[in-house]
Amino acid sequence: MSTEYAVSWSPDQPIIDIRGLHKSFGSFEVLKGIDLSVHQGEVICIIGPSGSGKSTLIRTINGLTPINKGEIFVEGQLITGPKVDKLALRRKVGMVFQQYNLFPHRTVLDNVMMAPRLVLKEPKAEVRERARALLAKVRLAEKEDHFPGELSGGQQQRVAIARSLCMRPDMMLFDEVTAALDPETVKEVLNTIKELATEGMTCVLVTHEMGFAREIADRVIFTDGGRIVEMGPPAQIFSDPQDTRTKEFLSQVL
Amino acid sequence: MFEFIAPLFLALQKATGLNFSPFYNEYDFSRLMTGVQTSLLLIVCVLIVSLIVGLLGAAAQRSQFRVLRFLVAAYIAMFRNTPPVVQLLFFYFGLGALTPQVDMGGWYEPMISSFGWAVIALGIFGGSYNVEIFRAGIEAVPGTTLEASEALAFSPVQTFIHVTMPLALRFSLPALASNLISLAKTTSIAYVIAVPEMTYALSGVWNDSLNVGEMMMLLFIYYISVVAVIGAIMGRLEKRLAVPGLGK
Amino acid sequence: MTKVSTVPRPNSLVSILAGAALLLAALAVGVITVSQVAQGPADSSLNVLRRWCPFILQGFMLNILMSVIAMILATISGVVLGFMQISHLAIVRQPARFVTHVFRNSPWLVILFAIMLMVPFEITLPYFGLVMIPGWVKATIGFTLPVMANIAEILRGAVASIPTGQWESAESLAFSRMQTMRHVILPQCVRRMLPSWMNWFALLTLMTPIAAILGVNEALGNTQAAMEAAGSSPDLLIPFYLFLMCIFFIFIYPVSVWTKRLERRFSTT
Repeated sequence: MSTEYAVSWSPDQPIIDIRGLHKSFGSFEVLKGIDLSVHQGEVICIIGPSGSGKSTLIRTINGLTPINKGEIFVEGQLITGPKVDKLALRRKVGMVFQQYNLFPHRTVLDNVMMAPRLVLKEPKAEVRERARALLAKVRLAEKEDHFPGELSGGQQQRVAIARSLCMRPDMMLFDEVTAALDPETVKEVLNTIKELATEGMTCVLVTHEMGFAREIADRVIFTDGGRIVEMGPPAQIFSDPQDTRTKEFLSQVL
Repeated sequence: MFEFIAPLFLALQKATGLNFSPFYNEYDFSRLMTGVQTSLLLIVCVLIVSLIVGLLGAAAQRSQFRVLRFLVAAYIAMFRNTPPVVQLLFFYFGLGALTPQVDMGGWYEPMISSFGWAVIALGIFGGSYNVEIFRAGIEAVPGTTLEASEALAFSPVQTFIHVTMPLALRFSLPALASNLISLAKTTSIAYVIAVPEMTYALSGVWNDSLNVGEMMMLLFIYYISVVAVIGAIMGRLEKRLAVPGLGK
Repeated sequence: MTKVSTVPRPNSLVSILAGAALLLAALAVGVITVSQVAQGPADSSLNVLRRWCPFILQGFMLNILMSVIAMILATISGVVLGFMQISHLAIVRQPARFVTHVFRNSPWLVILFAIMLMVPFEITLPYFGLVMIPGWVKATIGFTLPVMANIAEILRGAVASIPTGQWESAESLAFSRMQTMRHVILPQCVRRMLPSWMNWFALLTLMTPIAAILGVNEALGNTQAAMEAAGSSPDLLIPFYLFLMCIFFIFIYPVSVWTKRLERRFSTT
């Protein structure tokens, strides 16, 4: 775990603390007041209809999307002020996208190694060893000299996960990472994420895979119209939803 | 080598009347060699200058200062919508008249020779096309790829060097190759300010020896070969940089 | 946050004003510089320029005439050459490919020289007797050739870019190759070819001043003649050449703006 910031934070405090978050794109308000606390080691799944602000929400956590009102604390540090060190933030928070976005002009191994080498300035041998271990972990060790264009969607997504993990983040954000994959490859990616979760990584996932959410989540959050409608353990949300909107959404997708 | 081919071409002339004087006449041969050397040197210099200008212009286009972006847009508009011959004449005669004379110890020579002005004028002309080509290459880099590098804590400079530039270069190559070839051909208009490149040199030969047809053939062969060589170099470069799965 | 291409591009009207303003500013600077440097003849450079304007513009009309005629000839012959290039008969295809290759890869000046020097200046036609071929006509032919080759290439590329599904569905409807070309392929090609075609017209017009090297009295030739007639003073160089660039700019810039607009409309990405 990295210990490079001044504010002291202990693991009993929330690792991500969102208070009163508002975000508008122009005149259209996408997030209308979000309050959320995530503790270390928790696995949170965010579900909801499209346009409910799920992706926007997790993109605020690593600073990709600036906010209009409210506060976000990551490991006790405020990350929404004007003078925030975005680079330090992104070393702690890893993110995997729906469109994998690997660097097409570099090999798989290079893709995984690039960020720790350039950003963290770690020595090559050490990074290479770690990268190879991660590629083995996502079961793609034999592809290390291939280029992203030669890999299937599911394989590319697993490389993307390995790439984020190589930075040794304290938490991982997953933005609908299986939405662009065909059904056969979805499983291999989900298994990778499940392993991560079991190993104790704090994970926040935006997902449509309800079965998966039920399996690994500690808490499931249902958002609609920019607000958190209902939140609770998967057993409660999926089997006994309280709010009518939650019931309606679940009846459509399950 | 000249001694070997000279009698062949003399015999050719006696038999068929085809007069390739540069291959048996010493003076014409020297004119031909000057023409080839000057032309090749001119082409190399012009291409290099145009690439540098193109890169600088593309960088300036992305600057935050409106004045700089405006100037680049005006520069491109000016050089792409006026005749290159007139640009060349304007630089050589117009601006050339304003540059100081250098004291060569008794006589005065202009600071920049006709060759120099040809490189400057044609380099700036070619550069205006390259700016657009590089801009298109940079814009072709998907925003999502840049976002991924941002999420990996790359600084903007690191993103530019390690992600944007390699990809933009690969995307620009086909259009760049075609523009450089076109620019190499355009160097022949340096004739108009008496740069002793290939066209000028051979026109001197055919004015004296009246072998227009044969010299024309040489000219065509020369330029088509140069174009083929540049095309081959760019093709090899494209293959070298090609990455499986990119650019479908 | 890294921005890719959110640098706002000046819209076309702003660019027109920008370019024109810059040229006029350069003209003003040039005139001022020159009048400070030189000893100043009795007649200021601007006055001289004003006197010779009509003469230069007259020459410019010849440039436009040459480029329009060359464009028409090049389009017709280029389309024919393009079809020959995609013919199934090798005996038609190979010479066409050769001709296209030669004229695409040779400099305009060299082709012009070849035509000017090797085409006779008078020929005997069966009905009309001895006919003089003026220099500008030969130059027009010289300009037609490279544009013809490039249009042939554009046509070939446009036909190749039509998805094979179009050919297959036409074939299954029992269209002959000619019919497929005429009713299915060509109409779709025209849209794709239009921006490149307009671009070549602009390029052609910008190359017509080369004819001055071979003695044709068009805008550049007239500009140089005018400067000589006015005494060959070095003060005249900058204003005269700037004026010449301005008139080309005013004619070509709208064409290139229109071409960009067409490109955007017809882009198939």
